[in-house]
Order: sequence, then structure tokens, then C-alpha cells
Amino acid sequence: MPLSNKTTRTYLLLVLFLALRAFGNLSLAWGTKHMPEILAADPLVYIRSMLHPGIAVGVAMLILSLLVRLALLSLADLSFILPMTAIGYVLAALLGRVFLHEDVSPQRWLAVALIFGGAVLVSGTPQATTGKVEGSK
Amino acid sequence: MTWVLVIVMVVATVVSDLLQSFEMKRAGEQSMGASGVGRLLRMIAARRYLLLSIVFLAFSFFAFMALVQSAPLSFAVPASASSFILETVLAKVLLKEKIGARRAAGTLLVLCGVVLLGK
Repeated sequence: MPLSNKTTRTYLLLVLFLALRAFGNLSLAWGTKHMPEILAADPLVYIRSMLHPGIAVGVAMLILSLLVRLALLSLADLSFILPMTAIGYVLAALLGRVFLHEDVSPQRWLAVALIFGGAVLVSGTPQATTGKVEGSK
Repeated sequence: MTWVLVIVMVVATVVSDLLQSFEMKRAGEQSMGASGVGRLLRMIAARRYLLLSIVFLAFSFFAFMALVQSAPLSFAVPASASSFILETVLAKVLLKEKIGARRAAGTLLVLCGVVLLGK
């Protein structure tokens, strides 16, 4: 696939999305673990939890990441974006590990390799196959 | 409780993603510049299925939030990957995306990796 303007934009949005979601989730996880109440079915607890700075920052980053993902979905297939954004799972595990001081087992490195390998395979496929998206180009 | 949260999260994610992909394919190419963000926000307000997808996303999000409070992030994140296969199959059946051998193989590799990550 030639490196068109559209391909470049897709990858830029992908990087932006991964960064926003990884740090957003980290902030959210930190916030929920440091708030006094238990989250369950009571909606008021969720609304009050938004006042916690960690949760507020996390939610803001995740809302922005949603908009970036919508833009991504306008450029590429859902079945293309899903495996490509899975690199975010690696980021989440690495960031979580830094904060929880966990060991990196050989099994986890294998998981990381599988995810990257899969993403590389998928990156070699046409990013939009339904015709409606490619249209004018 | 943990598994109820996982199921709510997965079903809501699948429905939300399918609705979003459907609408964004129809909407045409979008950008994330200053005007692009405003345009995206107006689009969400104007398109019924996008609004609906946000409702499902909210369910998925709150289930995830409750999950990460009690379970470790290294369980919650891979658990959310069970939506992977379901979404890819439905993208082919409902959204008519063409999933060749290479994309299918890559997706399976990624899935194996995410599951392994959570062990």
C-alpha cells in the first residue's frame, strides 16, 4: 500500500488514540483505587466519583480518545482498527506494571510479541475495504 | 459480580462499536483539527445511531470502572478483549468488511497475545 496522505493520517490518529487511552485508563484506575466509596449500581456514587482529580482527568482523556477513535473509524475498517489498537493493551500492562512494581515474566514478553506481530500482519492489509470510505481517493 | 460486569462490558462494547463504525463509514473522512473536533461533536448530536452508541459506551465504561476498582487492571483489560472475535465476525457479516487470511491471522495472533497478557 502506498504511503498516502490518508495512511499517514490514520497512523497519526492511531498514535494519538493509544496515548490518550493508555494514560486515561491509568489515571482512572489510580483514581478508583484511591476514592473512599465502592462503585456498584448506585449512579450517584459514579457522579460523585467524577470530583476525584484522578478520575476527572482520566474521563477527560477518555472522552477525547473517543472522538479520535470516531475519526479513525471514518478512515478505516472496524476490523482493521481493533487489532491495531490492541497495542494499547501492551501499553496498559506496562504502565500498570510500572506503578504496581510487578515482575515482567517471560510469558508476558511472549504476549507482547504476539500482539505486535499480529498488529504488524494486520497493518499490511488495506485499511478500508467497504468502498464507501475510499470513495473519491 | 466480576463476571456480570465483564458480560455487560463486552455486549455493550460490541453494540457500540458496530453502531459507530456503521455511522462513520457513512459520514466520510473526518479529521482531528480544531474544526474537525467541533464537526465530530455536532455529528454525534445529529446522528441517532452515534448517540445510541454513546449510551452503550457509557454502560461499557461504567462496568469497566467498577471492574478496575475490585479486579487488577491486568485482568480487566484482557477480559475486555473477549469482544474482539465477536466484533470482527460481525464487522464482516453486518458491515461487509473484507477480512482476508492475513487480517484474520493477525487478529487471532493479537487475541492470543491479549489473553496471555491477562494470565
